[in-house]
Amino acid sequence: MDLDPEDVFKDEEDGSDNEFFQQSASSKEYVVYLVDASPKMFNTTCPCKDQKDETHFDLAVSCIAESLKTQIISRSYDEVAICFFNTREKKNLQDLNGVFVFNVAEREHLDRPTARLIKEFDCLQESFMREIGSQYGIVPGSRENSLYNALWVAQALLRKGSIKTADKRILLFTNEDDPFGGLQGAAKADMKRTSLQRAKDAQDLGISIELLPLSCPDEEFNVKVFYADLLGLDGEDLVQFMPSAGQKLEDTKDQLRKCMFTRRIIRRITFDITNGLSIQLNTYALIRPAVPGAITWLDSVTNLPLKIERSLICEDTGALIQEPPKRFQPYRNENVKFSMDEISEMKGISTGCLRLLGFKPLSCLKDYHNLRPSTFVYPSDQEVVGSTCIFIALYRSMLQLKRFAVAFYGSSSHPQLVALVAQDEIAKAGVQIEPPGMHMIYLPYSDDIRDVEEIFPDTDDDAPRADEDQIQKAAALIKRIDMRDFSVSQFANPALQRHYAVLQALALEEDDIPETIDETLPDEEGLARPAVVKAIEEFKLSVYGDNYDEERDFLGKGKVGESSRKRKTIVENAVKESANYDWADLAENGQLKDLTVAALKTYLSAHNLPVTGKKEALISRILTRMGK
Amino acid sequence: MARNKEKLVLLLDVGPSMHSVLPEVEKVCSMLVEKKLIFRKNDEVGVVVFGTEETNNDLTKEVGGYDHIVVLEDIKVVDGDLIDTLQKLPRGTVDGDFLDAIVVGMDMLIKKYKDIHKGKKRLCLITNAVHPIKDSLEGTKEDQVETIAAQMTAQGMKMESVVVRGRLSQDANKRIMDENDRLLSIFSKQTLTRTVYVDSPTSLLGALKTRRITPVTVFRGDLELSPDMKIKVWVYKRTQEEKFPTLKKYSEKAPQTNKFATHQVKVDYEYKTVDGASKVVPPEQRIKGYRYGPQVVPISAAEWDAVKFKPEKGVKLLGFTDASNIMRHYYMKDVYLFIAEPGNTRAILSVSAIARAMKEMNKVAILRCVWRQGQQNVVLGVLTPNISQNDKLPDSFYFNVLPFIEDVREYQFPSFNSFPVSWQPNEQQQKAADELVQMLNLAPSGKEEALLPDYTPNPVLERFYRHLELKSKQPDAAVPPLDGTLKRITEPDPELFFENKSVIDALRKHFELKENPKLKKSARRLLREKPSGSNDEDGDADVSDAQAVNSIEKALVVKIEKIGDLTPVQDFEVILSRRDSPEWVGKAIKEMRDKILGLLSDSHEGDNHLIAVECIAALRKGCILESQNHTTIFCAILTCIASRKE
Repeated sequence: MDLDPEDVFKDEEDGSDNEFFQQSASSKEYVVYLVDASPKMFNTTCPCKDQKDETHFDLAVSCIAESLKTQIISRSYDEVAICFFNTREKKNLQDLNGVFVFNVAEREHLDRPTARLIKEFDCLQESFMREIGSQYGIVPGSRENSLYNALWVAQALLRKGSIKTADKRILLFTNEDDPFGGLQGAAKADMKRTSLQRAKDAQDLGISIELLPLSCPDEEFNVKVFYADLLGLDGEDLVQFMPSAGQKLEDTKDQLRKCMFTRRIIRRITFDITNGLSIQLNTYALIRPAVPGAITWLDSVTNLPLKIERSLICEDTGALIQEPPKRFQPYRNENVKFSMDEISEMKGISTGCLRLLGFKPLSCLKDYHNLRPSTFVYPSDQEVVGSTCIFIALYRSMLQLKRFAVAFYGSSSHPQLVALVAQDEIAKAGVQIEPPGMHMIYLPYSDDIRDVEEIFPDTDDDAPRADEDQIQKAAALIKRIDMRDFSVSQFANPALQRHYAVLQALALEEDDIPETIDETLPDEEGLARPAVVKAIEEFKLSVYGDNYDEERDFLGKGKVGESSRKRKTIVENAVKESANYDWADLAENGQLKDLTVAALKTYLSAHNLPVTGKKEALISRILTRMGK
Repeated sequence: MARNKEKLVLLLDVGPSMHSVLPEVEKVCSMLVEKKLIFRKNDEVGVVVFGTEETNNDLTKEVGGYDHIVVLEDIKVVDGDLIDTLQKLPRGTVDGDFLDAIVVGMDMLIKKYKDIHKGKKRLCLITNAVHPIKDSLEGTKEDQVETIAAQMTAQGMKMESVVVRGRLSQDANKRIMDENDRLLSIFSKQTLTRTVYVDSPTSLLGALKTRRITPVTVFRGDLELSPDMKIKVWVYKRTQEEKFPTLKKYSEKAPQTNKFATHQVKVDYEYKTVDGASKVVPPEQRIKGYRYGPQVVPISAAEWDAVKFKPEKGVKLLGFTDASNIMRHYYMKDVYLFIAEPGNTRAILSVSAIARAMKEMNKVAILRCVWRQGQQNVVLGVLTPNISQNDKLPDSFYFNVLPFIEDVREYQFPSFNSFPVSWQPNEQQQKAADELVQMLNLAPSGKEEALLPDYTPNPVLERFYRHLELKSKQPDAAVPPLDGTLKRITEPDPELFFENKSVIDALRKHFELKENPKLKKSARRLLREKPSGSNDEDGDADVSDAQAVNSIEKALVVKIEKIGDLTPVQDFEVILSRRDSPEWVGKAIKEMRDKILGLLSDSHEGDNHLIAVECIAALRKGCILESQNHTTIFCAILTCIASRKE
C-alpha cells in the first residue's frame, strides 16, 4: 500500500480539496514561442466572416497574446520567451542574424509572464514593422540560415532548469512548408542538414519541438516536405498534423489555441478489471474551477511579503507544543484520542487503485449523483503493454451497450465510488471538441444525499400538477427562448476577468481600470422580442390567470407588511424607552458607558441605526450620530 | 437547536427470519445513536423490538393484546447505554407483527409528547415484512392501516420503513409479502413515509439516514424567466459531502491530576517580517497582496471593495437548450434542488409545467445565479427537470454548476482509431469485452440495483464511528478491519464475479498484459503491486485471482510441500501455515510423524534424538494450535513412538 504520509497530513490540515484542485509548482513548463515573421506571413490572410481578414502573423500573435493571458490565470509558474525569426533587426544573446527575442523591462528572456509583457505584446502588431521588421532570412547566395539561427536561440533560451522538473517546448508558428525551397543544389542540402541536426540536438536535450502550421488558402501546408523530418514524425503521427486549408479564422484560431496546451497528467493509476488483469490509466483534470491566485500578506510599510508562523499552544498550561499533536473527539463524556497513524489507517481502505465493481445502464446515473468535477481517464501503454487495447475494447462495449462502469477509487484522501462514463470522440471542422476516453464521475454516498422528504414541507394534500394546456404553453415558451448553439464554457467568468483586469491595471500603475463585460447576463433584447414576450404572456395567463401582477403584489405586500409592522413596533417601543434618558447630557459627561447595552440599543433603534457590535462600537455610533 | 430536537422510536423486527441481518441492524442503529451523541445530543430515542418471546409494553398492560413486543428503552435523551443496548439486540423466537409495533411506537410518542412537537416525531421501522399481520377485529387490514395512517398524520409523525428483502428473504410467501407491501404503501401515500426496500446487508447500512441535517435554503426569491415573468423558488442542497469529522488537537501538557483540563490546543499565527529582525507585524499594518504572474500587487480592503466585481443578487434564465448539449461530466459541484415556494400554488404549477415540458422536449435550462447579495462571483449552471414520482411531492428542478472558459483545459487526445492495429482490439477481444460489460450487471431487471449511491454508506465514516465507539471502551483498540458488508463497496462482489467466471476467464484469455520491457526496473510498479484483494482474511474474494497475479509471488517463494531432512521443524511450520487447502494440516502432521519415526529408527546411538525431540515439540505446538482433534492425534502419535521405543 503506498500511502503518501504527507498526503494524509495535508488532508487534515488544509481541507481535503486542495490537492485535488491545485496545480503544483513542481510541474513547470518552459515554452519558447518561435514565430515566423517572413513577408509571407504578412501577405497571406485568413478568410474571415466580417471581411476583416487577418494575416497569419496577426493570427499567431493574437493566439500567443491570448495564451499569455490565460497563463497568468491558470499557470503562472510557467515561463515563456517570445522569439521571431526572419526579421530585419536582430536581438539575441548569440547575436545571430534574422532572430529577434521580444522582451520587456524587468524581465529575463525566459521568465514568467508579467503585466508589462502582456501589455506591450498586445501593442506589438502596430510597432512591429517599425521596430523589428520582416525580411526573408534564407535567400539564395547568402549563407545565413534564419531557421537554424532561430532554433539555436530557442535552445539557448531553454538551457535554464533541469528537464526533470520542467517540460521544455518550442512552439513553431509558420506558414512556409518548404523554407529552403528558394535554394538550389549543395547549399540547400547543406542548410537542410544543419537545420535538422540542430533540431535533433535540441530534442536530445529533452526539448520537444511542436509545429503549428498555418495553411494558405490555395495550397495546403505539406508537413512531409521538410518539417516531418525536423520534428521526427513518421507514418501515423503525420495524420495529426494535417490542418485543412481554407478554414474559417475562428476555427483555425481555436485549433491553434488547443494545440498550444500540453496535456498534464495528474496521476497514473491502476485499473483492476478483475484480479490479475490490471491496466494502466492516466488521469487528467480537464475541468477544474479556476480561482484567483492565493493571497500573500505584505507589510504595508515596505510592501515586502510576510512569513506566517504557526504555533500550537496548550490551552491548559500555555506551553508551546512542538511535536504534531494527537487528535481527539469528545464522545460519551470522554475525549477519545486518535493518533495520526490511526487516522490514516482508517482512511486507507484500499490501495490507490481503481477496482471495477460492475456495470449499470446509463439511466441509473441520476442528475443528483455528483459531488465534484469529473476526472478524465485515458489509457497508457507506458508501463503495462496491452492496457490501451483492453481499455478501447471496454470503452467501445460501454458506448454500444449504453452502460457505465461502477468502480471504487481508493485514493488515500478520498476513497470513493466512481462512475466511469465512456465519451465518444466528437470533432467539428477538424477540431476535437470531446476527446475519446472515459470520465470518472465521483458518486455520493448515502450520507451525502439529502432527503427530499425533509426538504418539502408537510402537506396533507397531493401536490398540484400542471395540466396539459399549461405544459403546452411552457413548451411554446421553451421553443422561443432556445439557445441552439449553446456549448459549455462559452462564457468567461466575469469575476475572474474583473479580478485580473484590476490587477493588471494596478500592476502597470494605470489610473483607470478597464471595464470588463459580464457575458453571463441574459440577452434582454432577445427576451424583449415580440414573439418571446407573447409566449411568456400566454404561459403566464395559463398558469396565473389574469391576476399575475395582483397575486405577486399581494404576496409581496403581505410579507413586507408583516415584517415592517414588526420593525415599526420595535422602533416605537425604542422611542418610548429611549425617552427615559437624557442622551445629550449623558454623552456630554461621558456617562454613556455606564448604561447597559440594552439601553444603548434603544437609542440606536429609535434612530434607525444598526444595533450590532460591541459596547464601544455602540457608544461611538451614538456619538457620531449626535455629531460629537 | 433545542427546537429541532427529534423524537425517534426505533421499531426493530428481531423475529427468527431477521436473525441473519440483525448484526447489520445493530450496526446501523448504534451508528445512528453515535452520531446523535456527537451532533445532536438533545435528541430523544426509544427502542421497541418485536418478534420476541416475551411481551413488555404499556398497551398490553392497558388493553391487552400486542404480544411479543418489548419496549427495550423508553424514549429518553440519547446516551451511551442506548448504544450498548442496540449492540446486543435480543434474538426473537416468533414472527413479529409490524403493525402492532407501529401502534406501540405511536402510543409511546403520544403519551410522552401529546400533540406537541409536530413534525419532529419519527418512527423508524426495520423489518422484512414477510409474515402476515393479524386480522383486525373490525374492518379489513386496509381500513386498519388507513386509520393508523390518519392518526399518524394528525399527530404530525413521520415514518421511515426499511424493508429487507431479496436475497435476504428468499423462501418467503409471495402472497403475504405482496399484501404487506400494499399495506406499507398506504403509509407512503397517506403520510410522510419513506419506504425503502433493500436486498443486501450493505444497502441496509446505507438505507437509514444516520445523521439528519436540517435543510437550509441557499436562496429564496425569484427565478426570472424574463423581466416580466418571475417564479418564486426556494433552493436547497440535494447532495453535500459529509466530511470526515474535524478532530480537535489534543494537548498532553496538562498534568494527569488536573481533572478540569480541557486538553485543547490553540493555534496561533504570527506574521513576521522576512528580514533578519523577524519582527511581528500587527494586523493593521498588514495588507493583502494579490498575485499577478510573478508580481504581487498590494491592495487594501477598501480599495478592493471599490473595484471588485459586484453582481446583483438573483437567479436569471439565459435560455433553454438541448439536453445533449450539456454532457454529464461538465457538472462541477454538488447538486442543488429548486423547488417552488411552498404553499404558492401558482409557482408550483409553473415549475411543474416547465419541468414537464422540458422533460418532454428533452431540454435543459441555463441559469445565471447569484445566491446572496454581496456574493463576489456568479454561478452559471444547468437546470434539469425532476418529475416527482410521489403524489405528495411537487415537481422540481435539479441544478448543477457548469464551467467557465477558464475552468476548462482543452487538451487534445489522439483518436482511438488512429492507433496502430496492435493496440486495437480484434473481433474476439471485442466480443469478450462486450460479454463482460453485459454480464457484470449491477442493475439486473427484477432485482434491486446494487451499490445505488442513495443506499451505499461511506465505508470510511462507518469505520471511524465504529472505531470511536470501540476506543471509548478500550482506549488502545486497533482500527477495526473493513467487515464483509463494507467490503462489498470497495471490492468486487465475489458472488457476481464467481457466477461470471467463464466471462472473466475468457477476457483474461483474450487479452495479454506485459510489463514494458524498456522501462527501468525502478519505474516498474504496476504489476508488482499486490492487489488489495489478496489480504489474508478474505479468501473468497479471490476465487479468480489465484493464477495470474500471484504467479509472481509464487515464483519468489519456493513452495514447500514436503518435510525435508535439513530443516524439518521449519518445513513443518511452513506447510502447516499454508492455507490454500485444508489438506495441508493433515498432510503436515502425517509427514512429521513419519519423519520423527524415521529419525528414531535411523538413529545411530541417539545422534538423531535431539532433532527428534525438537520435532516432537514442534508437532505438539502445531497440533495444539490447529485444533482439538489434532491433539488427540498427537497423543496417538506419542503412544506410537513410545511403543516403538520399547
